Amino acid sequence: MTTSYQQPTARGYYGEFGGAFIPEMLYPNVEELRTRYLEILADPDFQIDLQHLLRDYVGRPTPLFEAKRLSERYGTRVFLKREDLCHTGAHKINNTVGQILLAQRLGKKRIIAETGAGQHGVATATVCALMGLPCVVYMGAVDIERQAPNVARMRLLGAEVRRAESGSQTLKDATNEAIRDWIANPVDTHYIIGSVVGPHPYPDLVARLQAVISEEMRAQLLEKTGTELPNFVVACVGGGSNAAGAFYHFLDEPSVRLIAVEAAGHGINTGHSAATSVLGTPGIIHGSRTLLMQDEHGQITEPYSLSAGLDYPGIGPLHAHLGASGRAEFISITDDEALKAVSECSRLEGIIPALETAHALSALGQLGAGPDDVVVVNLSGRGDKDLETYLKNMDKLI
Amino acid sequence: MNNRIKDAFASKQNLLNMYYTAGFPSLHDTLPLAKALVAAGADILEIGMPFSDPLADGPVIQRSSSAALANGMNLPVLFGQLQELRAAVPETPVLLMGYLNPVLQFGMEAFLKKAAEVGVDGLILPDLPLDEYEEMYHPMFQKYGLKAVFLITPQTSEERIRRLDALSDAFLYLVSGPGTTGGTTLPDVDAQREYFQRITAMNLKNPRLIGFGIADKSGFDNACEHADGAIIGSALIRALQDTDDAPATAANFVQGIKQA
Repeated sequence: MTTSYQQPTARGYYGEFGGAFIPEMLYPNVEELRTRYLEILADPDFQIDLQHLLRDYVGRPTPLFEAKRLSERYGTRVFLKREDLCHTGAHKINNTVGQILLAQRLGKKRIIAETGAGQHGVATATVCALMGLPCVVYMGAVDIERQAPNVARMRLLGAEVRRAESGSQTLKDATNEAIRDWIANPVDTHYIIGSVVGPHPYPDLVARLQAVISEEMRAQLLEKTGTELPNFVVACVGGGSNAAGAFYHFLDEPSVRLIAVEAAGHGINTGHSAATSVLGTPGIIHGSRTLLMQDEHGQITEPYSLSAGLDYPGIGPLHAHLGASGRAEFISITDDEALKAVSECSRLEGIIPALETAHALSALGQLGAGPDDVVVVNLSGRGDKDLETYLKNMDKLI
Repeated sequence: MNNRIKDAFASKQNLLNMYYTAGFPSLHDTLPLAKALVAAGADILEIGMPFSDPLADGPVIQRSSSAALANGMNLPVLFGQLQELRAAVPETPVLLMGYLNPVLQFGMEAFLKKAAEVGVDGLILPDLPLDEYEEMYHPMFQKYGLKAVFLITPQTSEERIRRLDALSDAFLYLVSGPGTTGGTTLPDVDAQREYFQRITAMNLKNPRLIGFGIADKSGFDNACEHADGAIIGSALIRALQDTDDAPATAANFVQGIKQA
């Protein structure tokens, strides 16, 4: 059975959200991708290459770990989907492996990407090194400062990191600069978007490449719990790629509650927040009609989160639709609550999560899950890149 | 209904379309700049509605847009200024250029109605998808007598150019080459000439103006060899960045382009 939740319309709409709002300069590139991505993804040779890389390079399947001490703390059965154990330390590489194979089949010779926390930039630089393609990663000047280890990793991998100096100098602005690069290099360049955002077909393309997360979850849950379906799936949402992957194969299973966790920053009503589902209204950002944070005149406002990966004023159109239709429930978590979850997961399970992921972990206390319920938290990334932030906030961690 | 765009192309050759960002360098420069540009010889005015995230624009127009927003520019303010502007330059075609999001927040129909009321002739909305324009907005544009201007790039297919030409009744905006506005890298001259000649040979119904990266008289003259004129924006904005007298600077700029 296909439903409207997984599959956008031919023009890339999930309900009223999606589409491709792009200037003419981008049209040929996006159209080439739109007309070819499904055929390439379905090609058996592509699938052989992809499965090979996911297994032997990325390290899939990632484990589904029953977190007994977190379970005890929250009085429910908590499983962690260990995307932090992927090569490069986060789920982002599931997408970049797929897109680099796609770019090769499109005959592209140069790769560009945007990055916030740097995980997508590292994952892109990694696959470009693997395939011998030149790579330029745009990153906000603010993020370059707060995610220095990932900047160093990208450079070590041979990528050029370019600073985005406009606006809030974070993920939104890095995305603007990547799009401008694509406008200037319309023939030889493929843009590997890191989240389920941007013009159609990107949200669908990235969701399909991340869907391996929930595909594995189902098989692993069957083995560990006797049923493929959990009661809750919890994931953090900036643009929403790890959530899209974790939700994908449960979208059409109404018994599974899907919990999308956004960054409240200092708090929803403080003016320093990135909780788009609460603060956003419909509009157009980065070529997609979705929920975004904007003022009364349609100017996009600056989001805030301590977490660079969630510091984005929009969400992917799939998530906007899941929220509007009630299929997913949205929760927002402040910086301080996320930091508390970092130390809790570190001390109870011996796993230091990424700051983004900690937002999802922090939602465990708000689910109302019972002792027999099965809760899967998508542990989207590891915390190595955030050590500097954690050191600066030691008082809130202990 | 009078049609200033059609009249301009019928009565003149080598048209100069000057772009500037509304509310820059200061909030109330929109009107004095229009008067100065027209008096100095600009044939069409293209007024930018500033947006926080102008994807098709380079750093110069990005900065002018941020400055204009910081100055307090928004659509209600701009419409107030345009009312006076139309009275001051009654014959000159006025286009609004901008991104879709602020327009949609204003409301597309409310926006078109207001634009028509204050005497705007046409609109350039680069991120408005052609399919949506054709199905949802084309009748609305017609209802208010507003012309849509579409962009064409070297990569635009012939089939799509024909479709854009059929849907427009103003002029086609030929983007000179790859890149955002205000590009400073030198174009591949042969490829550019081939592109312009290919478009000319298509015998399109609409006149054509060339824009992006045209900064001076030689660029303007070159564009006029291949089209009905040119669009200049970033070079003017650059000149306006450090001047105490924006109208005089703008007038000088246009005189420099238009001198024989």
